[in-house]
Amino acid sequence: MTNLGNPGATGNSVFPTTTEGFSAMGVTTLTPGAPAPGSRPAQVSTNNGSRWSNGWVKLGLGMILPALILLAWQLSTAAGLFSPVQLPSPRAVFEAGTELISRNELFSHVAISTQRVLLGFLAGAALGVSLGALVGLSKIAEVLLGPTIGALRAVPSLAWVPLLILWMKIGEDSKVTLIVIGAFFPVFTTVSLALRHVDKNLVEAARAFGLQGLKLLTTVQLPAVVPAIFSGLRLALAQAWLFLVAAELIASSMGLGFLLTDSQNNGRTDRLLLAIVLLAVLGKATDALLGLAEKWAVRRWS
Amino acid sequence: MSALLSRTVSTDSAAPPTAVSDPQGTAAMPVSFEALGRSFSSKAGTHTVLRDVSFDIQAGEIVALLGPSGCGKSTLLRAVAGLDAPSTGTVSIDGTAVSGIDSRCAVAFQEPRLLPWKSIASNVAVGVPSGADAARRRHVVKNLLELVGLSKFAGHRPREISGGMAQRASLARALARNPAVLLLDEPFGALDALTRITMQDLLLDVHAAEPTTVLLVTHDVDEALQLADRIILLGSDGTDTPGCTIVRTVNVPGPRPRDRASSELAGLRSSLLASLGVDGH
Repeated sequence: MTNLGNPGATGNSVFPTTTEGFSAMGVTTLTPGAPAPGSRPAQVSTNNGSRWSNGWVKLGLGMILPALILLAWQLSTAAGLFSPVQLPSPRAVFEAGTELISRNELFSHVAISTQRVLLGFLAGAALGVSLGALVGLSKIAEVLLGPTIGALRAVPSLAWVPLLILWMKIGEDSKVTLIVIGAFFPVFTTVSLALRHVDKNLVEAARAFGLQGLKLLTTVQLPAVVPAIFSGLRLALAQAWLFLVAAELIASSMGLGFLLTDSQNNGRTDRLLLAIVLLAVLGKATDALLGLAEKWAVRRWS
Repeated sequence: MSALLSRTVSTDSAAPPTAVSDPQGTAAMPVSFEALGRSFSSKAGTHTVLRDVSFDIQAGEIVALLGPSGCGKSTLLRAVAGLDAPSTGTVSIDGTAVSGIDSRCAVAFQEPRLLPWKSIASNVAVGVPSGADAARRRHVVKNLLELVGLSKFAGHRPREISGGMAQRASLARALARNPAVLLLDEPFGALDALTRITMQDLLLDVHAAEPTTVLLVTHDVDEALQLADRIILLGSDGTDTPGCTIVRTVNVPGPRPRDRASSELAGLRSSLLASLGVDGH
């Protein structure tokens, strides 16, 4: 329903700012509420092209391209097309990984980065849903807060880094805060936009039965925008990984971003590539987990 | 589907259901409209929909509002529920003016408007007043689902049942409020002819069990004749003043259920259709 493909893997700050962009992503395809009376709504068919919808077959097919890239990488380095500093062989990257594991370093890099992403993502998403609900449902809040939030969103992520370091020093707080900022905007924008398109009839009926305020929000409005919330969450997770690397590149002594700069300074291209592969795998894995949650939630609330 | 419906309804009519929503029972309340008017302003100017509407509904009475499309029938009904505020005049329920959503009313809309992610039972439970505890809530929902013949479908989602069933669930949700005034906005308008008749019978059964005040908006003359004690016809009164008002009030003779083929009703039907500007062959 809200198949975003894989927004986590690109790592680019691809975030649409127009309503068209959102509807193109299926964000505004909300459940139209009650079916037309007197007519049975068509059964929702999820089985378009059963050959392609089998999970394992899909996974296998999706692995073809990475396998080909790995093969080309192996062949080109074995043929000596590149120097080991330019492009080390897959084997050298693998050995760099085992070496870091044996020195008990790799796990702590991955763990601290994942922890920062999860903390920042959760806080940013919670903030995004709350403020998104406020601005999406209240005209006054929209008029008061909308322009400011829009201007803050326009600030490039890296611009925050010096200020955050000045205010919070080089610690966990400044990094997690930067990730909170990154995760906040996609959720805020999708939720506030989607809430404006909730079926007015459903809301009116609920109001007629005495629902209002927070009860109306949790009973009708938020469940109606569950697909949009998850679209926002998946974009936010991608942004969280992006902002993580921005934070760690500049000021840190641990984490995958640190591994990147440290390897660059020491000319360890093998570790550098290892960090990139790990970022790709972690980003994709967390996005896939969120995708599973999304599937469940969309089935539950539609 | 229709077999199921007729079975449900016939058992209901054989043994009229006892009061289901509240042991104390909320007394039906009278409604009165005083010089009610409603106009909508837009950039193009002011558009008057209703003007000078004054009439009273007695407690427990069934009144049908009849009129052509766009004559403000639904606007009038929404004013009673507090979903819309009149531009001039007032609506009072039991002597107190309506302002804002009124907890003494319950509405069944033209569309079922059920929450698609909730089961039928949970949707009906939305209608139960918020003060009720969980046990009481379950009790009310169970009885109402039985009354409208949906017990077997309590756990289904709205998309898994037919339009007629969804409309019965919507009626059950309204009844769960145990309303002093039941507002029905063309609730059977989108149903097929057979389902509509069974729904009308169901409504009469419900009213016999719990004689609440009912205001029914309809564009179906037969439905109005079948259900109402009184029919109020809205329309343009022929003057140049814009907006619709009451053009005719008809007391429908005979106790319910009425014979759909009676000649007295047939005469009234032709006359009402003529008032609506339709040739009633």
